[in-house]
Amino acid sequence: MAMTLAEKILAKKAGKDQVKAGEIVQAKVDVAMSHENGRMVKKSFEKIGVERVWDPEKIVIIFDHRVPAESERTAAGQKELREFVKTQGISNFYDINVGVCHQVLVEEGFSRPGILLVGTDSHTTTAGALGAFATGVGATEMAAVWATGELWLRVPETLKIVVTGKLPDGVYSKDIVLKVIGSIGADGADYKAMEYSGEAISSLSVASRLVISNLSMEAGAKTAFVIPDAVTEAFVKPRAKGAYEMLAPDPDATYLEEHTFDVSDLEPQLACPHQVDNVKSISEIAGKKIDQAVIGSCTNGRLEDLQEVARILKGKKANSGVRLLVVPASWRIYREALKDGTIETLVDAGAVIVNAGCGPCLGAHQGCLAPGEVAVSSTNRNFQGRMGSAESFVYLASPATVAASALEGKLADPRKYLEA
Amino acid sequence: MEPVKGKAWIFPDDVNTDVIFPGRYMKVTDAEETPKYLFETVYPDFRDKAKPGDVIVAGKYFGCGSSREQAATAIRYFGIGCVVASSFARIFYRNAINLGLPIAIVPGITEHVKEGDEIEVDLVRGKLTNHTTGKELSFEPLPEFILDLIGQGGLIPATRKKLGID
Repeated sequence: MAMTLAEKILAKKAGKDQVKAGEIVQAKVDVAMSHENGRMVKKSFEKIGVERVWDPEKIVIIFDHRVPAESERTAAGQKELREFVKTQGISNFYDINVGVCHQVLVEEGFSRPGILLVGTDSHTTTAGALGAFATGVGATEMAAVWATGELWLRVPETLKIVVTGKLPDGVYSKDIVLKVIGSIGADGADYKAMEYSGEAISSLSVASRLVISNLSMEAGAKTAFVIPDAVTEAFVKPRAKGAYEMLAPDPDATYLEEHTFDVSDLEPQLACPHQVDNVKSISEIAGKKIDQAVIGSCTNGRLEDLQEVARILKGKKANSGVRLLVVPASWRIYREALKDGTIETLVDAGAVIVNAGCGPCLGAHQGCLAPGEVAVSSTNRNFQGRMGSAESFVYLASPATVAASALEGKLADPRKYLEA
Repeated sequence: MEPVKGKAWIFPDDVNTDVIFPGRYMKVTDAEETPKYLFETVYPDFRDKAKPGDVIVAGKYFGCGSSREQAATAIRYFGIGCVVASSFARIFYRNAINLGLPIAIVPGITEHVKEGDEIEVDLVRGKLTNHTTGKELSFEPLPEFILDLIGQGGLIPATRKKLGID
């Protein structure tokens, strides 16, 4: 029987010839990632009562949510985990100066095609851009993975998303995925897999594909694949930590729904407060005054994002009424952006460079919003209270739209700054 | 599994995990402490009014957003007897099951239950009774594997059993 990519990977991991949507399987995990919430996993793991983790090589711990620690409590939790990874012999440990977990998994070669990757973070779907069945899980189920290496999973139905046409200048993969979420809704893919294909997807760089799989979580996706191709393999081959398999869906696989989008005339898109599926085009809302502009994160803090922003900001200053924050997705990106002069351009424009990590995205530290304030951000969530006060407002957009808005002090179209 | 009986608290569609348990408290990892922050930002008086054994009744897509387990943990450790919703977001749904928090999917439930109604939920038989209005509703019971996990108290007791520790 023909299978989707989700079905193919889960069949392999469950040791079966085939599985179909709706079935519950016990699947073997290839990569098990946690960040600071590894401390909650550790607690549940201790309640299970096993001494050693099932396979220390397959567990990855990456600190990113509060780096460096913003409080004594976080500091104590990080200390506890540093000791735990030593005791358990978990060598894949990344401390406060490496980056956001989803980007680090990609850079370090953990994210690869055909594997089952689970993480205690909802945006674990990011690795689907390289063809991994990658999904977020809770701390308790991660504890069971640490103990047994296995996890129960319901085989999801799949939505096939075909994106055609050629993206106009000043419009990016962020705009594509916002358009998709605005169209299918915040629960449009709840408990389902998404498979992205079409020329507008296959022509994207790996960095741009990661944006699609990262943000698809905001449509509820359990996992969101970009079908692996030559671009995927060229990226994965030199860095893969472990085996991978270039699996693809069967041509006659069964899909729950199929959606086609032509992006040839797509305008820059924004998700408006307080839902990621409340999506509008820039022409509908340009001119809204902003207080803070955030560029970066695991969604859009990659080198190509920072370079594009530098193109817009070069030789200019952010509006005096706007706090401009830049969060590289990783230290590797941070270093590259230092070397090629991108960081200097951003700093000259008035940007505050924040340590590579989750930073302001979840309102924990490094740039919270006051009541009544408005932010435009290239991150992935705009829920009420997400970046600080419950009475603040967050708009999500591409890094270029955020940069143009930072210049004007109000929501602005980036395309006029990119004309040659 | 015994039916759950309690007072209903009504919530709208799309209640996300930031509303259930604000992200700024993510560093609170002691399960027993999590109920202190339950619904703090948007429904700050819920904790004073609701009692253990009560039932949360919500519209569609309850628990959307972050994978933070504290959202389900805080509800479970507050002592809520069951969460009934039109639909659940995936990670919350999994977390609830794995923590042994009873949940039921009853499409359109908020049209049949008002705040303060006394309701009874039988997860195994797929029956919801509103004792205040006398109305009875049927729903599709969760798969047996999942009911069994909830019945065992969640994934920790189930894993202990599987590994032969208990």
